[in-house]
Amino acid sequence: MSEQVREQARERETRRLDRVVVRFAGDSGDGMQLTGEQFTSETATFGNDLSTLPDFPAEIRAPAGSPAGVSGFQLHFSDHDILTPGDAPDVLVAMNPAALKAYLKDLPPGADLIVNTDAFTGGNLKKAGYTADPLTDGTVDKFRVHKVPLTSMTINAVNAADGVAGAVNKKEAERAKNMFALGLMSWLYHRPTTGTEEFLRQKFAKRPEIAEANVAAFRAGFNYGETTESFSVTYEVAPARMKAGTYRRISGNLALSYGLVAAGELTGLPVFLGSYPITPASDILHELSKHKQFGVRTFQAEDEIAGIGAALGASFGGSLGVTTTSGPGVALKSETIGLAVSLELPLVIVDIQRGGPSTGLPTKTEQSDLMQAMFGRNGEAPVPIIAPRSPSDCFDAAIEAARIATKYRTPVFILSDGYLANGSEPWLLPTRDQLPEIPIQLTTEPNHDDDFWPYLRDPQTLARPWAVPGTKGLEHRIGGLEKADGSGTISYDANNHDQMVRLRQAKIDGIAADIPPLEVDDASGSARVLVLGWGSTYGPIAAAVRRVRAKGLQVAQAHLRHLNPFPANTGEVLRSYDRVLVPEMNLGQLRTLVRAEFLVDAIGYNQVRGLPFKAAELAGVLEDVINQ
Amino acid sequence: MTVTTNGKVGGGRVTNRLLDLVPAAPGPQSRKDFASDQEVRWCPGCGDYAILSTVQGFLPELGVARENIVFISGIGCSSRFPYYLQTYGMHSIHGRAPAIATGLATSRPDLSVWVITGDGDSLSIGGNHLLHALRRNVNIKILMFNNRIYGLTKGQYSPTSEIGKITKSTPHGSLDRPYNPTSLTLGAEATFVARSVDSDRQHLTSVLRAAAEHPGAAFVEIFQNCNIFNDGAFDTMKDRDTRDDVTLRLQHGQPLAFGADGSKAIRRGADGSLEVGAAGDAGVLVHDAHAVDPSQQFALSRLTGDTHGVTPIGVFRDVDVPSYDEELNAQIDRAKQRQGDGNLMSLVAGKETWTIS
Repeated sequence: MSEQVREQARERETRRLDRVVVRFAGDSGDGMQLTGEQFTSETATFGNDLSTLPDFPAEIRAPAGSPAGVSGFQLHFSDHDILTPGDAPDVLVAMNPAALKAYLKDLPPGADLIVNTDAFTGGNLKKAGYTADPLTDGTVDKFRVHKVPLTSMTINAVNAADGVAGAVNKKEAERAKNMFALGLMSWLYHRPTTGTEEFLRQKFAKRPEIAEANVAAFRAGFNYGETTESFSVTYEVAPARMKAGTYRRISGNLALSYGLVAAGELTGLPVFLGSYPITPASDILHELSKHKQFGVRTFQAEDEIAGIGAALGASFGGSLGVTTTSGPGVALKSETIGLAVSLELPLVIVDIQRGGPSTGLPTKTEQSDLMQAMFGRNGEAPVPIIAPRSPSDCFDAAIEAARIATKYRTPVFILSDGYLANGSEPWLLPTRDQLPEIPIQLTTEPNHDDDFWPYLRDPQTLARPWAVPGTKGLEHRIGGLEKADGSGTISYDANNHDQMVRLRQAKIDGIAADIPPLEVDDASGSARVLVLGWGSTYGPIAAAVRRVRAKGLQVAQAHLRHLNPFPANTGEVLRSYDRVLVPEMNLGQLRTLVRAEFLVDAIGYNQVRGLPFKAAELAGVLEDVINQ
Repeated sequence: MTVTTNGKVGGGRVTNRLLDLVPAAPGPQSRKDFASDQEVRWCPGCGDYAILSTVQGFLPELGVARENIVFISGIGCSSRFPYYLQTYGMHSIHGRAPAIATGLATSRPDLSVWVITGDGDSLSIGGNHLLHALRRNVNIKILMFNNRIYGLTKGQYSPTSEIGKITKSTPHGSLDRPYNPTSLTLGAEATFVARSVDSDRQHLTSVLRAAAEHPGAAFVEIFQNCNIFNDGAFDTMKDRDTRDDVTLRLQHGQPLAFGADGSKAIRRGADGSLEVGAAGDAGVLVHDAHAVDPSQQFALSRLTGDTHGVTPIGVFRDVDVPSYDEELNAQIDRAKQRQGDGNLMSLVAGKETWTIS
């Protein structure tokens, strides 16, 4: 359709798509995360299934205009259930040349590219590393480019708005340009808009003139879409057919926070969070600090060690002690985790994994703390490990961790990661009666004639009694020195130590009988290849499995939620396939564990690029393994 | 002698507004009630025995239920202390006891929480936690046994050892300048700082009482003799013939006078620091442990036997400001009053939901 014809027609085509991937990108200060979040919110309200992937630099304000300072937000939404934030964007909104520079390589030919031409000036081009204007030198020829003077149109719109002109300065007006972009994208994809206007008025309630400036920019962006000729097509993505019920959108860190609050209610124990700020875990501290009406105590400690120390002290006193951190923090907490193993007190340790080693990639995702969680302590110090598979699953993982911690009097690891933490998806809300009750039995009576023996174990679970200070007659001392089996007094006896080491191990191993077996998705029953994953790779692996099956190939999928102990049937499952492929965002940590534990010659597929796997790429790997 | 704090004379049941939250003992208690059945395993002649005996003798006076008392320690000789007390206790890891005690005390206002630590445990590996617990004013009582040596690892110099100390790890003499624990903790704006001596049961008891009466974090340095690796470190302060001439017994509201005949006194020198003069001199200072500004208390902490020929003991500082614990628990109470007890399912649902039928 030529420009002329289109103008005459004035009727645009509306194309129905089953799924779309959009990415907003701009400077760290451009409000791209907010824009993406709000577009996602509109999309959730509309009823699409969705998955998001924020991507931002570790620096709060990296040099403005540089590719290093680009902040991106990717959203995948669809009319059917989806599992990943999408491999490559269908649309890229680039607010400046740096955003174009950073992300153009991800864009497939023919994709829509919306650029803010006002930002493509000499200085900005130079900061982005362009020597010529990429909009005119052929760089973007392969794409459907929509050149939009976003900044100037935003300023004009704000200045023309009733009651706003004069009340906001030029800088404030210009800052609303992300809302212009949001308005345009909302128009392009037929998104509902009332929610965004309400959101803006609420967010800027204290400065109504800023709220109105943003609303004006948002509307201007929407109306620009209506009137411009740059877009020949708009898109519709019908609501997804999802299971009936009430949904909300949730990120992993929020779900984990709510899971911890829920765990407090389900156990009847007050939650005590001892934590030190660290990316990407801090949001859990922020969130829990808001919920004091639940009796949740949050303590921002002087360091990682004090964070877990305080949590353990609170556990000693009968709280549900929790500490939240990322890999470098776990390293610092190791000694206290060992103490918790020795004291046999409940404690939940949340590790939101990020790229390592050392400071590594603070804002990027990785699964490389599995070995640290398994073995990163002195002595034989087994700790159960649970890994959520999706953002909403973080809620259930927190409850499960609290269940195991309290029932077996042990520290428990939750291994989430940056992708789950910041990514979001729709969540079918559970009802109160779907949540498990977690009964806690505190010991209140002597258990050995008239004495209290703090290490006289329950014969079933091997858990020791938990008698909290304030319980009359049960005064006792515990510590990090080896204890005599039963009485708990200090013991340096060789046989006793051997016995205690084995008992602590047996207690954790025994949890295998108290967790669900490893489920295998092997619809045909004839697959010879099993793909085994853990944690946040569930989405990409499942998406790859679908693709492979759609081609008529057979593959079985299993995903581990419990990594220590493994479900009781794990070995049996692994041994019933010819080949086992273990994709991981590390260099093969789970693969090493299953090879050692089950003598299975598992094959690894490993990437540590700071980003989740792409479904298409994994599908290719799967096909190769199947066809070998 | 009796130390007075907050205008109250010690004796009878110890009390403060935070200790009032701890259940009282149902009846009179005795020293025996606080002795555990564990064999005490310090070296014969160790100063720790005297401190243990004094603490066991003092705890009945605390007047709270035995099961509501918790002693938490780190690592080192002194940190075995909790095993010998028939209270709740935790022998934790090196340097971290103040952090562990912080979690316990803030989540359980019905407990009386004590930390036992040493100079290595609290000032070297655990220096960070000590300072932060004190500046936060968490309601814990920290008893720091200072023997100026590493005992349990068999005799290396510690952060309070004098410079030039010959030890196994410093055969040519130690190079580091030592901490002055009272200066350090006053610098951290601790709300209660005191010092006593292991062998002076009466004085140590009075300091423990003052610490217990203080509603917030208390730091008590106890000079403790290690007769194996650093014997006699505090002898001049213990010897009947010399002690009164080298020890300044701090008493709130009283002139800063000392000496066997009371002839010496502390006055302010020309440069603002303190110096030793005669009791009759003009400008002899009066001790004010309750002064919010810690300047004079800090200046007092600079007096040492080595530099001034006199070491102050007693309560340097005792000021009443809200504790971290009561502020945290007040925030929770206010949130509950304002919002009611939390409703889990409405929290989880949040504000933006949609329903698919």
